Amino acid sequence: MVNEHVRQNIYFISFRIATFLSVVFLLFILLYTLKEGIGVIDIKFLTSMWFHRNITRGGIFPAIIGTIFLAIGVSIISIPIGICTAIYLNEYAKENLLTRTIKLAIRNLAGVPSIVYGIFGLSFFVLFLKLGGSLISASLTLGCMTLPWIITTSEEALKSVPLSFREGSYALGATKWQTVRKNVLPYSFSGMLTGSILGISRAMGETAPIIMVGATFFMGYLPTSPFDKFMALPYHLFILATQHSSPNAREYALGTALVLVALIFMLNLGVFVLRYKLRKKKEW
Amino acid sequence: MTAENTQIEFKNTNFWYNSKQILFDISLKIYSNKITALIGPSGCGKSTLLRCINRMNDLIPISKIDGKIFYNNENIYEKNIDVIELRKKIGMVFQKPNPFPMSIFDNVAYGLRVQNINDKTKIKQIVKDSLEKADLWDEIKERLNFSAFRLSGGQQQRLCIARALAIDPEIILLDEPCSALDPLATAKIESLLRKLKNERTIIIVTHNMHQAKRISDYACYLLNGKVIEYSGTAEMFDSPKNKLTKDYINGEFG
Repeated sequence: MVNEHVRQNIYFISFRIATFLSVVFLLFILLYTLKEGIGVIDIKFLTSMWFHRNITRGGIFPAIIGTIFLAIGVSIISIPIGICTAIYLNEYAKENLLTRTIKLAIRNLAGVPSIVYGIFGLSFFVLFLKLGGSLISASLTLGCMTLPWIITTSEEALKSVPLSFREGSYALGATKWQTVRKNVLPYSFSGMLTGSILGISRAMGETAPIIMVGATFFMGYLPTSPFDKFMALPYHLFILATQHSSPNAREYALGTALVLVALIFMLNLGVFVLRYKLRKKKEW
Repeated sequence: MTAENTQIEFKNTNFWYNSKQILFDISLKIYSNKITALIGPSGCGKSTLLRCINRMNDLIPISKIDGKIFYNNENIYEKNIDVIELRKKIGMVFQKPNPFPMSIFDNVAYGLRVQNINDKTKIKQIVKDSLEKADLWDEIKERLNFSAFRLSGGQQQRLCIARALAIDPEIILLDEPCSALDPLATAKIESLLRKLKNERTIIIVTHNMHQAKRISDYACYLLNGKVIEYSGTAEMFDSPKNKLTKDYINGEFG
C-alpha cells in the first residue's frame, strides 16, 4: 500500500521538475542570445543601412523596418477578418454539421506548417495574382497563416463570456447585435487582442514562407510601397548564420536575433499594459 | 374565477428539446395582476414552460414547440410576431442573479439604451423610479456608479428586478429568483413581488412550496411535463383534488 501523502509528493515533485526544466530552457535561450549578441548592438547597428561587403560597417535598419512593416501588413489583413469570423461563427452561425466542419477545418489549418502557406502564397499571390515577391504578398501569406490562430483564440474569448449576460440582454428586448456589441464584445476584447498579438508575433518570426514570397537578404533602399521587396530580421539572421562568409557573421546573427526577440517582447509588453487597463472593467 | 382577465393562455402546447418531449399538451390561463406560481419537482418542465412565454427557448436551436400561446389574445408563436417587442412587454428575472459587469446605473439603463432612449434626464428618472420600485434605491443611491458586482446576492437580484421594471413590462417572469438567496433576502423579494402585482402580472417558478403558498394567488402543479392541478393557491393547499398534488405538497415526494 502506497501512502497517499507519498503518492501526492511524487506527483507534485515531478510537476515541479517539469516547470523547472521549462524555465531553464527559456532562460538559457534568452541569456545565451543576450550574452553573445549584445556585443554588436549599438546605434549604428540599429539605424544604418546594411553594408554588404563588410558587415561590421553597416546595420540592420532595413531588416527592422521590413519586419515592422510586415507586422503591420499582417495585422491589417488578419485581425479584422479573424475577429469578424470568430464573432460570426460563435454568435450567429447555427450549430450544425456545416458549422462544425468549418470550425474543425480552421483548427486544423492552425496546425499546417508555415512552409505550406509559403508555397500557397508563392503560387497564388505572387504568381497567379501577379503581386510579385513583395511586402503585400508576404503580408497576405502570413495573414492567411495567422488567421486560423486569431479565429480560434477569439472564439475562446467569446465563449468565456457567461451565457447569463446574453440571456439577460435578450430578456430586456435587445437584438442579437445589440447583445453582442454591448454585452459580449466589451468583455472579450482583451482576450481577442492577446490572441491576435500572439499570432502576429509568431508571424514576425517566420522565415520559411517569406523567403518564397518577397523577403530578400540585401536591399540598398527601404521599401516605399507594398509592392516592393523587403528585408526581414528572421531571414537576415538565417543567412548570416548559415551562408555568410564573414568571420563576424555568427555574432551579427545573434545580435539580429536579439533585436527580433526584443521587438516581439515590446509588442507583447504593450498588449500586457493594454490588457491590464481593460481588465479593470472585467469583474465576474 | 371567471371575473379575472386572462393575460396569457396556453392552448395545447407541446415542447421538445432534442426530440425529448418536455411539455405535454399544456392548456392553462394566467390572469392579469395576479401572482401565479409554477411548482413541481426538478425537471418537471416548469422553467421550460416559463421560458415559452417570452420565447427565450428560441435561443435553443434544437428545440421545437407546437400549439398556441396567446398573450392579450394574440398567438405569440405566429410568424409576424416581433420577438424583440414581445420581450419588452414580458420581462424576466433569472434563477441566479445576473447583473451585467457594469455600474448599477448602467445595468438599469441597459434596457432603455437598447431602445435608443438617449434623453439623459429621462433615463435618470426611470432608473431612480425602477430602483425605488425594487426597494433598492435607499440602499444604493449614494453609489450608482459602483460596479453591480459589489452588491450582495439579494441586492443583485433586486437590481435585476429593477432592470426588468425599467422597460415597464406588463408581465414579469421569475425563474426561481430566490433559490440562491438567504431567507432574509428572500423575504424582501417576496414583499416586493406582492407590491408589484398591483401593476403587473407575475409568474414565478419556485420549488419552494412555502413560498408559493405565501405569495401566489394561483398555483399550477406540474409533473413530468403535464399540468396535474391548477387552481387558486389557497384551494390547492387546503384541499388538493389530485392525489399526486396532495403527495407533493405534503412533502411525501419531490
